[in-house]
Amino acid sequence: MSAAFAIGQTVRVRRAFPPGHVRTPHFVRGKGGVVESVAGEYANPEELAYGRDGHPARALYRVRFRQSELWPNYAGPAADSAVVDLYEHWLEPAGEARP
Amino acid sequence: MHRHHDMGGEPAGPVERSEHDPAAWEKRVDAILRLLTDQKRRIMTVDELRRGIEELGPGAYDEFSYYERWIASIGENLLEKGVLTVDELGRKMAEVEARWRAEGWQGRAAP
Repeated sequence: MSAAFAIGQTVRVRRAFPPGHVRTPHFVRGKGGVVESVAGEYANPEELAYGRDGHPARALYRVRFRQSELWPNYAGPAADSAVVDLYEHWLEPAGEARP
Repeated sequence: MHRHHDMGGEPAGPVERSEHDPAAWEKRVDAILRLLTDQKRRIMTVDELRRGIEELGPGAYDEFSYYERWIASIGENLLEKGVLTVDELGRKMAEVEARWRAEGWQGRAAP
């Protein structure tokens, strides 16, 4: 499998708001996280949702975000995090390290 | 800026934890989707189901129950694909409603 991002790499979710069926929750768009694992390659749901075959398949990543990165004024412990499944075409290399 | 269904992080109140046995019609809706998506038929995908649910819009999305969302989306998808026609579906729904009013359904009288 040809995954563009490695486990442990910092990535940023593309800040884009297209219409249509998208599996990337709005609250991670534009946010930085760390690749936790690669879940595999899957047919693209953005295409499958309209009756097309979804090929080529896209790599799906589990990306970990700090809750304080996702939510302004997050009041919980600093170590709190959330893992979100994200397809490769929604990710880009992060310009800066965010542990 | 996000679509109505993409509501992560918004106030939502407490989680409803009570459970109920699925009603016969809910089981039937589940079975219909399984048949439409199976490897033999491949008439629609779960992704198309989700897309149809997202397109219900804020009113229906909030008011419908889980399987009501499913059957609404399944209906729209089958219309788009030409499996059903609007006229065919409309006539069948009227027929079922008339039968329900005459006989009741699952022990429930018509309102």
